[in-house]
Amino acid sequence: MNALIVAGLLLVLLGVAYQSGWSRSRGLVTADGVKIHSRPQYHGSFVAIWAMVPTLVILGLWAWFGGGITRDYTVSLIPTDIMTSLDQVGLNAAIARIGALASGYGVTGDSPAWEQAAGDALRSFQMLTFVGVLVLALVAGGAALVYARSRIDARLRARNAVERVINLALLACSAVAILTTLGIVASLISEAFRFFTFIHPFDFFFGTVWNPNNAGSAGNWGSYGLLPLLSGTLMITAIAMLVAVPVGLMAAIYLSQYAAPRLRAVAKPMIEILAGIPTIVFGFFALVTVGPFLRDMGNLVGLTINATSALTAGIVMGIMIIPFVSSLSDDILNQVPRTLRDGAYGLGATQSETIRNVLLPAALPGIVGAFLLAVSRAIGETMIVVLAAGNAPVLRGSPFESVATITVSIVNQLTGDTDFTGPQSLVGFALGLTLFVITLGLNVVALYIVRRFREQYE
Amino acid sequence: MDMVAGKVKMTQQSVKSAMNPTDMLERPIRLTARDVTVHYGAKQALYGISIDIPDRAVTSFIGPSGCGKSTFLRCINRMNDTIEGAKVGGTILLDGEDIYDPALDVVELRARIGMVFQKPNPFPKSIYENVAYGPRIHGLARNKTDMDEIVISSLRKAGLFEEVKDRLNEPGTGLSGGQQQRLCIARAIAVGPEVILMDEPCSALDPIATAIIEELIDELRENYTIVIVTHSMQQAARVSQKTAFFHLGNLIEEGVTEDIFTNPVNKQTQDYIMGRIG
Repeated sequence: MNALIVAGLLLVLLGVAYQSGWSRSRGLVTADGVKIHSRPQYHGSFVAIWAMVPTLVILGLWAWFGGGITRDYTVSLIPTDIMTSLDQVGLNAAIARIGALASGYGVTGDSPAWEQAAGDALRSFQMLTFVGVLVLALVAGGAALVYARSRIDARLRARNAVERVINLALLACSAVAILTTLGIVASLISEAFRFFTFIHPFDFFFGTVWNPNNAGSAGNWGSYGLLPLLSGTLMITAIAMLVAVPVGLMAAIYLSQYAAPRLRAVAKPMIEILAGIPTIVFGFFALVTVGPFLRDMGNLVGLTINATSALTAGIVMGIMIIPFVSSLSDDILNQVPRTLRDGAYGLGATQSETIRNVLLPAALPGIVGAFLLAVSRAIGETMIVVLAAGNAPVLRGSPFESVATITVSIVNQLTGDTDFTGPQSLVGFALGLTLFVITLGLNVVALYIVRRFREQYE
Repeated sequence: MDMVAGKVKMTQQSVKSAMNPTDMLERPIRLTARDVTVHYGAKQALYGISIDIPDRAVTSFIGPSGCGKSTFLRCINRMNDTIEGAKVGGTILLDGEDIYDPALDVVELRARIGMVFQKPNPFPKSIYENVAYGPRIHGLARNKTDMDEIVISSLRKAGLFEEVKDRLNEPGTGLSGGQQQRLCIARAIAVGPEVILMDEPCSALDPIATAIIEELIDELRENYTIVIVTHSMQQAARVSQKTAFFHLGNLIEEGVTEDIFTNPVNKQTQDYIMGRIG
């Protein structure tokens, strides 16, 4: 409710400010017939920005510090004799109860008189501060509005100022993405280092046994060897790529070069729907259908294939990734200039020769990019592996056996009660960091390949 | 009118071996087109084109943009087959053989009728591989030595060999525009065609590169039947012995180049040459 009131008032202020700047600007034109530097819309935006900045700053400050101030006030409402009898937990409980009484929600049972009084006092305090802060913000905004409006004249460079603000806003938006990435990386690294204070990095990166002791304590943490998980991840990814790349690429070639337009119009969206199926559904499909099927097929030819194995997870993951490969490759093939195709046809090349010798080489950088994107996707995939790979973190070479991957082990270590004080849960960060480094490395390689081919071919 | 004619005369002198007009008309006919029509979907692009293309001479198609000259050129090696919804009617005979005969192999046809495009379009391969590509797909070279020979002689004929002989393994796309176009000509020659079609081969080039290509075209007509589409009347006058003027999908007038430029019969041709239709 309060948030709605604030938003409504802000909108009103915004509209009033814009309108007042705009009308004053229009007045300039009619009054002296001079040429104004910025168009009225810019003057309107200029005043609106001026009005919004102090308002938002004051509201933001209150959002930041208001909670602490309210808490301090609440604490001051508790009588001193009761205060002395409360420990930290009791104090927090009391503050929560007073807050509940003030808001009128979530109060259970009777409450002593002092709590009732404190609740009432808090309610009027909250009301007062809310109105006070809002009025203060609006007054500041209004003052800024009047000031900005008074600055409007024909020579005011409102357009430049507004565009600078827009520029900053755009910068802030891209900063969100960048800072988030940096923040995640920083937390991964620092937590991973905490993990390495328990387990030596050598034992982690080169250990061949994965057997965390989840109930263990100092001296008995268990083994945290990465290699079984890494081999499982790489094996499943490789199988997935063996399925997805040929099928996806061929599908892309068919769709972009051979398919009649009407078929293409139907087939392309259909393939893209495959990309929209939730991965848990694929995992279910792998567990219930593909795994038993592979096991039976293995029996027929005398192979022992586990129903939940690297093969099952890899094949299903490959099917899941087909649309990525085919859709990206299709776009890339269509971007190869028509003149190149004509050149090959003009020499008497057949369609398949043109595709193999001219189109694919020209599209190669893009296709490599698509491939590496698909690899990143496969390495990070979790749900299919959770269900279909069997979760056996053992170093094995056979794809017919159950394996575990890095992602699945993160899930295993971080689900349930975690307090992040021992290596059992902190290992999640080390594993996450490993995954991050692998995908980052792949992206760097992809960029390098794409750039190298581009230099050569354009 | 006189001024244009004078200019044409002047530029004709620059061509090394200007052919005698009567000599040109006595040349055997290589390609014969009769009542060729083209539809793109519901839209008709060509209305009954009939023309004879003489052997080992340069025939130019001129006309304003969208007049159908490139469309007709693309009929001659069936490049319109690769455009969806294009339908070609009428007959085109190469040495008396119908090129739209269903029994005819289009791949073989395109090996006999090479094509050079408006925009230089070297493949994303090395200079050597660009030229070797055609001979390779048609199995023209038995071994590496054969192939080297074909590549080098094709580059020589295209007047490019001296400029690129030290960097045959560098990408063809790294050459200048004019060099790229000559590479495309070498690529077309390497297959050993009898006819070379050129679709505005100089429109993306600067004047110097254009002059080099024009000189090359003049040399090539010793051995090849050349059909060139151009929007530059000066170029048509400089390089061709026979000229055909297209307008709005119709062939308006055709004849010995000199006659077309000095003494056009049709009013529309006159207007175009005088610069009144453009």
